Amino acid sequence: MAVGPATVARPATRAGRAFSRRSLFEREGVFSWVMLAPGVLFLLAFVAYPFFYGIFLSFQDRRVASAGTFVGLANFVTLAHDAVFWQVTRNTFIYTIVATLLKMVGGLAMALVMNQAFRGRNLVRAFFLLPFIVPTVLSTVAWMWILDPTFSVVNWTLRNTGLMTQNFSWLGNATLAMWSIIVVNTWRGLPFYGITLLAGLQTISPDLYEAAAIDGASITQRFWYITMPVLKPILIIVTMFSVIFTFSDFQLPYVLTHGGPANATHLFATYAFDIGMSAGVLGMGAAVALAMLPALALLIVALTLYLRRE
Amino acid sequence: MVGGKGLAGRTLRLYLPLGFFLVAMLFPFYWMAITSIKPNRELYSQKIMPMIVHQPTLKHYIDLFADTNFLTWTYNTMLVAVVTTVISLALGVMIGYPLARMNFPGAAVVTIGVAATYLVPQPLLFIPMADIINRLGLSNTLSAVMLTYPTLLIPFCAWLLMGYFKSVPRELEEAARIDGASRFQAMTRVVLPLCTPGLLSAGIFAFTLAQNEFLYALIFLTQSEVRTVPVGAITELIRGDVFYWGQLMAAALLGCVPVAIIYSFFVDYYVAGLTAGSVKS
Repeated sequence: MAVGPATVARPATRAGRAFSRRSLFEREGVFSWVMLAPGVLFLLAFVAYPFFYGIFLSFQDRRVASAGTFVGLANFVTLAHDAVFWQVTRNTFIYTIVATLLKMVGGLAMALVMNQAFRGRNLVRAFFLLPFIVPTVLSTVAWMWILDPTFSVVNWTLRNTGLMTQNFSWLGNATLAMWSIIVVNTWRGLPFYGITLLAGLQTISPDLYEAAAIDGASITQRFWYITMPVLKPILIIVTMFSVIFTFSDFQLPYVLTHGGPANATHLFATYAFDIGMSAGVLGMGAAVALAMLPALALLIVALTLYLRRE
Repeated sequence: MVGGKGLAGRTLRLYLPLGFFLVAMLFPFYWMAITSIKPNRELYSQKIMPMIVHQPTLKHYIDLFADTNFLTWTYNTMLVAVVTTVISLALGVMIGYPLARMNFPGAAVVTIGVAATYLVPQPLLFIPMADIINRLGLSNTLSAVMLTYPTLLIPFCAWLLMGYFKSVPRELEEAARIDGASRFQAMTRVVLPLCTPGLLSAGIFAFTLAQNEFLYALIFLTQSEVRTVPVGAITELIRGDVFYWGQLMAAALLGCVPVAIIYSFFVDYYVAGLTAGSVKS
């Protein structure tokens, strides 16, 4: 960076020096970096550093309260031979894909329903977003009680409508438990899709539909040629966001099933927690967490580029 | 869209699906509320009709306040949420403003860096972070979470605010500068007041996310007096296989109330924040 002429000159009077200091701060580059510095340093210290430190840890045999030893790729090799790890991988993909599809379809339906004029629409919209805004852990606890093995209200309803005779163990059976965490994740995330897509729908002028209808476009054609092109960019961004955070979900499976029964609902994050925190094997835990990276990196790079293009 | 005109059509394409969504979205809250005022006799019976409360009681609330540190947890949660929101907003402004308004070397790198940190999910960082917090000697202090929550919120605040900053006409700032305002004054006196809706959106969002955080709080806060509501509820109202369902639901409901109240006042700003990243382009 060039030195300004003011500093080359002889030390000026106090007023003059204050002025030159001020004019330095008035330069775009200096001003920008002075403003940025605290935040950028903070993010470097608490995001970038932990990230690289995590990579470093994953190459170590490191337990809580003891020094680590470098073991190279040993942790990853162990994981590659760990049947549970592969089950966790499969679980995470199933969870992410099924929940995302459900949220997408359900959210689109919600947006289309909400895009009709009716009294109290704003109030309904506020209610619809509640699952998304309240602390996940607390609403998940409510679901835990709804799905309780003995006192489940779902079971009570099914029993009393004669649909079944005995209780389902919603969280105790491997398949049902996976479906349970998927349904609860959908319940929580669907409003995010619904309300953002609704915001997109509201930018479409009704005249467009009318004009298309007059030209003889069918309902399906109007949907695919007017609605979808507007929704597409929104759907892409919302989906990528939601996939990133579903893929790395921790709170919901941790509270609802703790990864059980028999690892059937363990995801990368909960499995990494069990190994790294509960068992205290930091190195291996960090390796499990890093296993998320390839898929996440693809998504993050894609979305970063997409956001920047806007 | 579907069906014909008139009441039948409207029922089919509006009232029915609307009713379905309302029940599906709100039932868990209803369930929280009625569970929290049911006596144990009703809670743990397979015979009694569970959909309504037959003999409401406030026992679970009284027990929650008397037997647990719920009030302390609530205070901790609020304190942490407010502090992290303030930190995140301040640093978010300081990052977002230059990136939106200035030309300077390194701007592109910082922009990409902020977007990327925004998208790095917490589970990727929590194990190294636990070790770092440990070494800093911050375990079981609220500082541990006050220091780490902003990492989740600053990039979001900066990103959201950039959009608002860009929408303010440059001429306004230039006019202020010609009148003798410094860059800093032009920002605080001209641009920031015009971006109040953006600041509100970012603030509400940061506040709700801070209340929602669980993973760091679970790891860093292992003593009852420093816990937040989500962690306290999970770790102290579930003891082994024993679930205190009445108290749990009372705690869950009370834990949701502050967020819901703030949200109800600023719902439009919240929705604006929610859609800003995706709809505004």
